Amino acid sequence: MNLSQTFIIALKALRVNALRSILTMLGVIIGVAAVIALVSIGTGAQDKIVGQIEALGSNLLIIVNASSRDSGARMGAGSKLSLTIKDVELIANNKKLISIATPTIHTKGQVISGNFNWSTDITGANRNFFIARDWSIAEGRMFNEIENNSTAKIGILGKTVVDNISPNSSPVGTIIRINRVPIKVIGVLESKGQSADGKDQDDIIIIPIQTVQKRILGSNKRARPNMVHVIWVKVIDSSQMTEAEEQIKEILRKQHKIRPGKEDDFKIHNLEEIRNTVSQSIGVFTLLLGAVASIALVVGGIGIMNIMLVSVTERTKEIGLRMALGAKRKDILMQFIVESITLSLIGGLIGIIFGIILSYLISKTAGWPTTIDINSIIIAFFFSAAIGIIFGAYPARKASLLDPIEALRFE
Amino acid sequence: MDLIKLNNLSKTYQIGQNKVEALKNVDLTIQNGEFVAIMGPSGSGKSTLMNLLGCLDKPSTGEYILDKNIVSKLDNNELAEIRNKKIGFVFQNFNLLARTTAIENVEIPLIYSGINYKERESKAKNKLDLVGLRDRFNHKPNQLSGGQQQRVAIARALVNEPVVVLADEPTGALDTKTGEEVMTIFHELNNSGITIIIVTHEIDIAFHAKRVITFRDGVIIEDNNKI
Repeated sequence: MNLSQTFIIALKALRVNALRSILTMLGVIIGVAAVIALVSIGTGAQDKIVGQIEALGSNLLIIVNASSRDSGARMGAGSKLSLTIKDVELIANNKKLISIATPTIHTKGQVISGNFNWSTDITGANRNFFIARDWSIAEGRMFNEIENNSTAKIGILGKTVVDNISPNSSPVGTIIRINRVPIKVIGVLESKGQSADGKDQDDIIIIPIQTVQKRILGSNKRARPNMVHVIWVKVIDSSQMTEAEEQIKEILRKQHKIRPGKEDDFKIHNLEEIRNTVSQSIGVFTLLLGAVASIALVVGGIGIMNIMLVSVTERTKEIGLRMALGAKRKDILMQFIVESITLSLIGGLIGIIFGIILSYLISKTAGWPTTIDINSIIIAFFFSAAIGIIFGAYPARKASLLDPIEALRFE
Repeated sequence: MDLIKLNNLSKTYQIGQNKVEALKNVDLTIQNGEFVAIMGPSGSGKSTLMNLLGCLDKPSTGEYILDKNIVSKLDNNELAEIRNKKIGFVFQNFNLLARTTAIENVEIPLIYSGINYKERESKAKNKLDLVGLRDRFNHKPNQLSGGQQQRVAIARALVNEPVVVLADEPTGALDTKTGEEVMTIFHELNNSGITIIIVTHEIDIAFHAKRVITFRDGVIIEDNNKI
């Protein structure tokens, strides 16, 4: 007996008890729909957060000063200022791997504009910083070539700063004061929103690095002329991140005269690594959601098994008759397995459709980002087929092992 | 030609502590084209013999040869094949699948022979025609009378051209008149050369057969060949 024949017999048998078949499928439908909808929530969250990390600039290596050691007490990242402008130049010289190496220095400062004032991050940077961070200007303009390496008293504001010091009109063209230094606002940055760790990336004002160093930090004793807080390195090819990281490490150790075996006085953050870590941890979360939803699927499978057992008992006489007419044990086995697979697969397909609709509704009504992953659909489909086989196997085996004489006598 | 040959055939059941000998050392030969009735009171072993002849059960000891196959040596799958190709069953209460048309019911043995849809349909129609149900092809069992249902069952028994038709109390669920009609069909089939074995406890029915074998307590007590 061939498979298409078995399938036709199965469909006929299911149609005879249409209502029962639909109710049985409902378990699988709910299970599959729950898996797809919940996994789509997890995947959606993953995509959003990974997207945010990528928005920080892909292929990016961030080099920061390491912690200093003061009689054994370590002082936290950036407490020892060992990175210099010279380091930046040396790194940038590696044209094969690196497209951009650009320094920034950071300080906190009170920004005053008319009646408003706001404490924000003051970042000293070059034009290249904007390229490294994939950050563009929403309004106004960028530093020009001359301003870039000068102590020009100009600045570009982040969205949050604008909201706080010039909520009603465009700040471009106005003069603000930072630590008593007048700064002319020449532009406003495009909004980047929150970073993956919840920090407001728009709470910033960017000023040419020389200006920050000489005019704003000038009076600060800790400020050495060539010091750099962070070096932003854009690697040409993302597949060479590790290689670039190794080479930079080598250059900096040599430049900082660190003897072999001694700790680095800098730290290289690889955004790729952060991205992977975050992505993995959300992946675990998604898996958890999927696992919880699969409980519903398993319950659906038990429903199938239950109904198949009832069906085998009800049709004992039919099984006996089919055996008398020449059905082999494997024909009976196949008949019932195909029946339960048909139940679970049709349920699975309907569940997939419901799952997609559900995830769409969730993103519409709750506003959560949802992403339907084709993999979750494929897995749900095969999982429901597997449910059919697993939970159909026992009843089918029970049917195939019936004694034809006993079965024929069954009333 | 010897169609069926039983050599020293026994069947013993274990019921709890007790051994029940349903058949004791039965020797029997049935020729091709015979019309045999097997009689006996309940518990005489005639149902056990029917199950053995129908390859639904295996003998405890002894040999069963059907159409040159030593059936007593076959495994379950081979027995299923013998049942499918060589034996046509007719049951007391018809055993038709409900909610299934006459044609589909008759087709079942052909499905297990792996015959394609078109051929199945033409063979099924052919046999239904033979038992006089030409205008009932697409009727379901609940739309047919008892006699008609039994005729569908006979068509089903014949559809795979078996070497023997085994009928277990084929008129037991029918009134006398329809019972006679069904027996007439068996007569016609036998006249066309088909071997028929009927198990019955009704002497009137046995009277139709050309040879009557009577069982009691697992042994043949009478083998009356009328020819």
